[in-house]
Order: sequence, then structure tokens, then C-alpha cells
Amino acid sequence: MSFFARFAQNRGALVGLIILLVIIAMAILAPLLFPESPWRMVQRPFLPPLSQDGFPLGTDTMGRNVASGLMHGAWVSLLIGLVSTSVALLIGVPLGAIAGYYGGIIDDVLMRFTEFFQTIPNFALAIVLVAIMQPSITSIVLAIAIVSWPPVARLVRAEFMSLRNREYVEAARLVGQSNTTIILRQILPNTLSPIIVLASLMVATAILLESALSFLGLGDPNVMSWGYMIGAARTVIRQAWWLSFFPGVAILLTVLALNLVGEGLDDALNPKLSRER
Amino acid sequence: MKTPLALAISAAALTFTSVSMADDPTPGGVVNTIIQPEPPGLVLGMIQNAPTRTVSGNIYEGLLRYTTDLEPMPQLAASWDVSDDGRTYTFHLRDDVTWHDGEAFTADDVVFSADVFHRELNPSARAVLQHVESIEATDDHTVVFTLTQPFGPFMLSFEAGTFTMVPEHLYAGTDFRDNEHNDHPIGTGPFEFSNWERGTVIELVKNDDYYEDGLPYLDGVNWHIIPDGASRAVAFENGTIDVLPSGTVENFDIPRLAEMDNVCMTEEGHEYFSPFAMLWMNNREGPTADKRFRQAVMYAMDREFAKDVLWNGLGNVPLSAFGSNARFQNDDLEPYDHNPERARELLEEMGYDGEEITILPLPYGETWTRWAEAVQQNLREVGINVETQATDVGGWNQRLGDWDYDLAFTYLYQYGDPALGISRTYLSDNIAKGSPWNNVEGYENERVDELFNEAATAFPDEEREALYHEVQEILHEDVPVGWLMELGFPTLYRCDVKNLVTSGVGVNDGFKDAWLDR
Repeated sequence: MSFFARFAQNRGALVGLIILLVIIAMAILAPLLFPESPWRMVQRPFLPPLSQDGFPLGTDTMGRNVASGLMHGAWVSLLIGLVSTSVALLIGVPLGAIAGYYGGIIDDVLMRFTEFFQTIPNFALAIVLVAIMQPSITSIVLAIAIVSWPPVARLVRAEFMSLRNREYVEAARLVGQSNTTIILRQILPNTLSPIIVLASLMVATAILLESALSFLGLGDPNVMSWGYMIGAARTVIRQAWWLSFFPGVAILLTVLALNLVGEGLDDALNPKLSRER
Repeated sequence: MKTPLALAISAAALTFTSVSMADDPTPGGVVNTIIQPEPPGLVLGMIQNAPTRTVSGNIYEGLLRYTTDLEPMPQLAASWDVSDDGRTYTFHLRDDVTWHDGEAFTADDVVFSADVFHRELNPSARAVLQHVESIEATDDHTVVFTLTQPFGPFMLSFEAGTFTMVPEHLYAGTDFRDNEHNDHPIGTGPFEFSNWERGTVIELVKNDDYYEDGLPYLDGVNWHIIPDGASRAVAFENGTIDVLPSGTVENFDIPRLAEMDNVCMTEEGHEYFSPFAMLWMNNREGPTADKRFRQAVMYAMDREFAKDVLWNGLGNVPLSAFGSNARFQNDDLEPYDHNPERARELLEEMGYDGEEITILPLPYGETWTRWAEAVQQNLREVGINVETQATDVGGWNQRLGDWDYDLAFTYLYQYGDPALGISRTYLSDNIAKGSPWNNVEGYENERVDELFNEAATAFPDEEREALYHEVQEILHEDVPVGWLMELGFPTLYRCDVKNLVTSGVGVNDGFKDAWLDR
């Protein structure tokens, strides 16, 4: 069975993939459909959805187009999700690989270091980091990466520990391959599938974290993100429900889609483990 | 839900009572209001924070009160004379005033308060006192202030919050900040301090021995402390709270609350403070050092939009450096209208190359954040490359104090006279690193210094006016800072609270005359 066929066996994953593609399309089409800045005050404030042509989702407290904000926000959310996950992988994978492969004292030191980060609540640490570094896209991506790498390190370490004594690794050692080569060429490729699954879920978590930070006013004040839209609308929720509703739905769908896709990937990449359907 | 009939009856009853009672205040009743945030202490004069002024202005008094036109009214001083040369001010005190502990209020208390207490503790009183040569009690009820030279705004300096009268018999010779009476403030005002349950309520009760016959009408005023803005609005909606002083609910809640039945709103009662929102522009370096750039910023901003959308139409777009409530406003100046075309021309003329500048919003809540977003968008539309930097209050103070900014939001009180509230922003000897409240923009102009200094001590007013008009012309051309808005100051209250705002400081001393028509 092909990879995609196995993936598509999970109906939920297929739905998730479609939603995700729509959101990616939104992000790409945003500058084409709404070439003007989403910050631009274009109409009367508090215009309800569908009450005027060109403003399908209405306008916000300052007369900015909610639809435009939502599309431009998709780009920001996806970008932050992907970049911060990549950074987290860049920290977590090497640490976990070294700890798991060498074991012993190196493992102890690296794992105690990892646990140090795991003992601090994620969100609290992210808030502190962003507050110290001043809110900007870079500081937010860094903060999210810093709080989300420890699970990656632990996962990779566990995989390496179970693989390092397999026969093909022993064989590679006999041939005289260096440790680096064994880590990169022999073991790492065999740990990829759980990493990919974990990464897809991390993107979802990162989007949620960014939204939560923006909601608290710790977002980059120069980019229109979904979390910012909800945060700014929170105070007027009784007058204008649509300002928090649409970005809220967008976050919900994106995170749900990513989770479904992650599950589908898990099924596709680990056919032996997949549940009977 | 009321039936239409019941509504008609209650409306009729309301009309009837308000007509029959209008000139005939009924004593009794307690008013519930809000103080936000909780004040750090209640000894006025020692503590200058706005919430302290609001609560304690009803406990303590000054020699004078001010009308909403900032004309002096008698309070502890029954009358006063000013000498022809504008240097000697004689106050004749009332002889029937007692402190809340029963001691008589005399001229010695005035001399102690002004010459000892405020000189030590109160920076804004000190700024006035530097013009005072001597303060003497010529008898028990007469005080003479002799000035080194005429000082135009001197008569405006005796408001309770600025020149509080404190009891000499409790404070003389003690460590003021450590005085045992600080926990139970003793004043001469219409209300006495009763109880302060931290985080919950500050209770004031009627001063039965108040010197003005029949006043106050109310039995007490309870200042509730509710930390959450939405909860404050709800407390007013459900009738727990009768009066919402300005700034206690979010702007966008105001129209909704003001439209409720039996709710009145007034914009009066802020004339003495007249908060003026400004955009600091760094005159020292970067594009903002160029006058044309600063003018372009003025033309680029849509200030009417900000007023209508962000402040619900309350407030006033100022012409120039002098607000409409300040004296000596020069209204012949050409207004800086919203004119993006003109802004682009000016930028082109100066050769602006798209250098990135930053903008610091005031970290005081949603409205200010939205305002910064609007201004950023306005500036981007004329081609200014501007980025917003979010800070907290500490960071904002530090960045401004270190002059580490390009554009920054702020607001300042005007205190009724240019020499008290306006000149401080433009005088070059008021440039000092470390404070966000002085000449932060770094504007230096010898002629402006000369004019302001001369005008402060010129006498009589006609002469001051000519000098101030000239200084406004220079400032209007140079645009040392952006003049955003004179902020509105709405007080919301149940319409059956009568006679609430009777002075230029509003509820800060307003409960003296207030009564309940219930």
C-alpha cells in the first residue's frame, strides 16, 4: 500500500489535510485578495458580518476589515508555527540523539538540563521570555522554540537508546564508521517517523501558544495575528461577537486539522502499530 | 420588566419630584461610587496620585475652590485682596472652621501647611513656592503671601489637591511620612474618614460640624474598589454603584451605560486638570529632528477619527500647544487638518529616505494600544516607515527618561495656566535625563524660553496674553511635540444624584454639594 493510501485510510486525517490546505491557500492568497494592509481603517467601525459588500466578516473596533485580518493572520500563524517548530527540532533532535547514543554521564548531564526546562510551566516561561526580549516575531518564535524542545529531545533519546544496539548499528561500527556517521546515516533516518508525527502536533501547539501570547498583549504589535484579533476584541465581546468568533474558529480549525493530520501520519508511518479499522 | 403603565407612572413621578425638589435639596442618603485604582494612602499633599486626590479632596480642603471656568470661589478663605503690583496676596480666613478632631483651624495651619509641609513633600506646590518670598499670619484669621515678583497663575494654586491644608497641631515637629495620623486623615472637609477596608471600600461619613450651614447633604460616601473594568461597568448597571468618576470604565462601555434609563453624563468637572494627550517627538536625532518631518506627522494623523472612534466623540482636537481650557489660547492659528497630501509633500521636500522610526504606545490599556495602531497606520499611509514597540509602564518610563525613542504617546495635566502645565514641556532648562515628565523631546529655542519666562511673571493679564500668543505662533510652526487631543472626562451618574459636579475638579470635591433625590 502506498504512503498516501495508508494516510487516506484514516478519514479524519483526510478531512484535516483538506482544512489545512484551505488555510495554507488563505495564507498564500491573502496579499492577492486583500492587497491593502489589514491595519488599514477602511469602513465604519463595528460593521456586522454580511451587512455590506466587501466586508463579509464585518469590521472591527476601528473599522478594519476582519476578513482581511483573518487571511493575513493565517500567514502569520502558520509561519510562527512552522519556524518555531523547526527551531525546536534543531535544538531537541541533536540533544536527544547525543544523549541516547552515548549514554552514561553525557546522557545524565543532557537529561538533567532538559528536565530543568520541563519543570517550568511552558506558558509561564514563554511569557517571561517574550517580556524580557520585547515582543517581536523573532522573540516569540524563540520563546516558543525554547519551551517546546524538551519533549523532542526525550523522544529522540528514547528512540536512539532502543536502536543503538541493533545489529545493523553493530555492523556499521564493525565496518569502522565514525559515531557521527552512525548517528546521522544509520539511526536518525529510522527515528524520523515519530519525529514527523510529533512535529505536526508541535506546530499546532505553537499556533496556540502564539495566540495566547498575543491575546495577553505580548504579540508583535506590527503583525495582525489571530490571537491579537481575539485579544483586541475581548473587551467588546458584548457589543461585537464576530470580532472574537471568526479568529477563534480559525484557530480551532487549524489546530484540529494539524492534530488530525498528525494522527494520519502516525498511521501511515507506523503501519504495524495502526489500529484495526 | 416594567410594563408601559408602570414606566409612565415612574416617569411622571420622576418629573414631578425633580421639579418640586430642584431648589430644595433633601438631606440624607449614602452615595456609592468607585475609586480606581486603589490609592496608596489618603493624606493629600503627601500623596499626589489621582485616586488620592479624588477621595481625599472630600476630606481635606484648600483655601479656594474653582468654578468650571477656573474662577476662584471662597472655601477656607472667605475673601482675598491682591495688591496693585501683583506681589502681595492677603487671604481672610473663615473664623468658624474646625478640624475633624475639634481643634480650631487658624492662620498658623496655613503657614505650616504652605511653608513647612508642602515645601518638604510636594513638588507641584514647590514649583509655586519658589516665587513666594514670605508667608505670614498677621492675625489668627489673616495670611499674607508676599511674592518675589508677580506670578500670573498664583491664584490658581490653592486647589485642595495642590495646596492642601493640613493640621499643624498633629504634624508640626513630627516625621511627616511616619506620622500616626496618616492612617486616619484629619481635615476640615465636609466628610470625615471613617473606615478603609483594603481592597474593598473606603468609607467617608458626614462631618456634622461642617462650617457651611446644612452641608453636606449626604450622610456618607462609599468608595468601592473593584479591580476589573468589566465588573465596574456591571456594578453600575445593576445599581450597586451610583457614580462612575471619569476613567473608571472602558471608553467603549460609556455610550452603552450613558443610554441606560435614569443615567446622566457630564463632561464638566475636569477643567482644572484638562488632560492633554501628546506625541513626544525626539527633536535630537533621526528624521524627527527635522521640523518638516514633525509637521508631516501632524498632517498625516487623522485626529478627528481618533476622537470619534477611540474616544466616542468625547474630548477636543487641539489647535496647537495650548488647549481650549488653558488660558490665553491663540485661536488665529491655522489648524493642522488631516492632509496626507501635504504630509507627503513635506516628506519629499526634506528628502526623507524611508529610515525606520519607532513608536512607543502608552501602556495604559486598550484605548491607547488601539490609538497607537491608528497613528502607525496613518503614518504608513504617507510613506513613513514606522514600527511599534510594545513596552510595560516601567519600560516606557525608562525609554522616555533615557530619550531612547522616536515617537511616544503620553498625556499631561494643564492645571489651568500655561505657567503651571504647559511651559514645562517646552522650556530648555527643563531638559533633564531620567524623567518622562519634563522637556522629554529636547526642544531648545531661546526666544520660546524668553517668552515663557517673561509671561509667567508679567502683570497684568493683557501683557501675559500678548507674550503667550507669540509663543504659540513659534511652537505651532516648530511642532516640538504632536498635539493629539484634549481628553474628554465624562462622569456617569444616576440622574437622582443632584448637584454632583460643581467645580473645575469634579467629584474630587463634588460630594460637598451633592444630594440624593430618592
